[in-house]
Amino acid sequence: MAMTGVMRPGFVQLRVLDLDEAIAHYEGRMGLELVSREADDRAYLRAYDEFDRHSIILRKADSPGMDVMGFKVATDADLANFEARLRNKGLTVSEIPAGEQPGMGRRVRFSTPTGHEFDLYSECARSENGPMTDNPDIWRHEPKGMRIVSFDHCLVYGGDIDGTAEIFTECLDFIVSEQAVDPGDGTKIAIFLTCSNKAHDVALVRFEADNKFHHVSFNLESWADIGHAADLIARYDMSLDIGPTRHGITRGQTIYFFDPSGNRNEVFTGGYTHHPDSPLRQWTADQAGKAIFYYEKELNDRFMGVVT
Amino acid sequence: MLEADYHIEVEGKDGGSFNCAGDDRALLAMEHQGQHLIPVGCRRGGCGICKVKVLSGEYETLVMSRAQVSEEEEANGYALACRLMPRGDLKLSVVNQIWIERRKEQLQKRQLGG
Repeated sequence: MAMTGVMRPGFVQLRVLDLDEAIAHYEGRMGLELVSREADDRAYLRAYDEFDRHSIILRKADSPGMDVMGFKVATDADLANFEARLRNKGLTVSEIPAGEQPGMGRRVRFSTPTGHEFDLYSECARSENGPMTDNPDIWRHEPKGMRIVSFDHCLVYGGDIDGTAEIFTECLDFIVSEQAVDPGDGTKIAIFLTCSNKAHDVALVRFEADNKFHHVSFNLESWADIGHAADLIARYDMSLDIGPTRHGITRGQTIYFFDPSGNRNEVFTGGYTHHPDSPLRQWTADQAGKAIFYYEKELNDRFMGVVT
Repeated sequence: MLEADYHIEVEGKDGGSFNCAGDDRALLAMEHQGQHLIPVGCRRGGCGICKVKVLSGEYETLVMSRAQVSEEEEANGYALACRLMPRGDLKLSVVNQIWIERRKEQLQKRQLGG
């Protein structure tokens, strides 16, 4: 896929129980830049290698989880086109006016059968602190904390993952890069979708409850940086989930941990390059251990069942 | 022996007890003592896996997800063990016992070389 249409995950808005604690985690420990904190109890952050104003929004609420994940599309014409395709599919589509998030253009919002909300948008203000473009240094300021390069993807849990995946593939031109199925009846257990050259931009796992959030993932530069993240997690008594390890699915090298409200974070590196003609990679449930944790080859209840 | 202010007893067939300082959170104290009496999830008040009912004793809680512990439940002694700080000896029962069962099954499989 040429990088037209839907280009990438652009932002995610997460609910947090305490905004100060959340900022201390995402800015202080993970090293994101705090762009602004607004009067409506939302904080806006970005990673050093992102050009746009913000990618992570933290909203104070009485329960954690994901409010909405946004995808940036190439042009306003694309936005109108995708909006029409979502409506033709019979979905309820609403428009979020420009400026609902500072610097953000109008957004087109749709809900999925798994109960999640997603936005599309084509315009976002550029960061004044973004990557250099004229005889550019590798970064403007040295990366801090976990040295996060960029927001990468989310994994969400819900019931009808086939229905949600169908919206992404039919209306938004995503491709299923990888999936896990029950070898008996062929039921899909997990679906990994890409709109780019990445192994996944959003992932879905079947679960008994809808509108659940499994993790937000951030891209790091190297396996050494995953080790550095692990050192920070240990040093500052952050809540570790699992890792460092590697996934069979996507081949990403990874470590998982929880933010101060219990939302799962991933920092990862590596993973294969997806191309539009790449065949679908498929796993069967009997090999799920290897698919999820390639080294341990064993699932872990907490990783599979703990969501916000 | 760890310095301990309070004794926390978990009831039930997989029950047991551990010690917890007054400024520590019950679930974290339990983990540090290598026990698996209460299931461990996010450890930060969000996922609800470590939900317990306090049967007796005084305690305080930090902020917990309302999606996991409603105001009514909170008033009736329900709490997330990761957000619970004892103010006296406590007796608890585990809400998500299924997680303890699953862990036991996994350990048994591993011991059988499965």
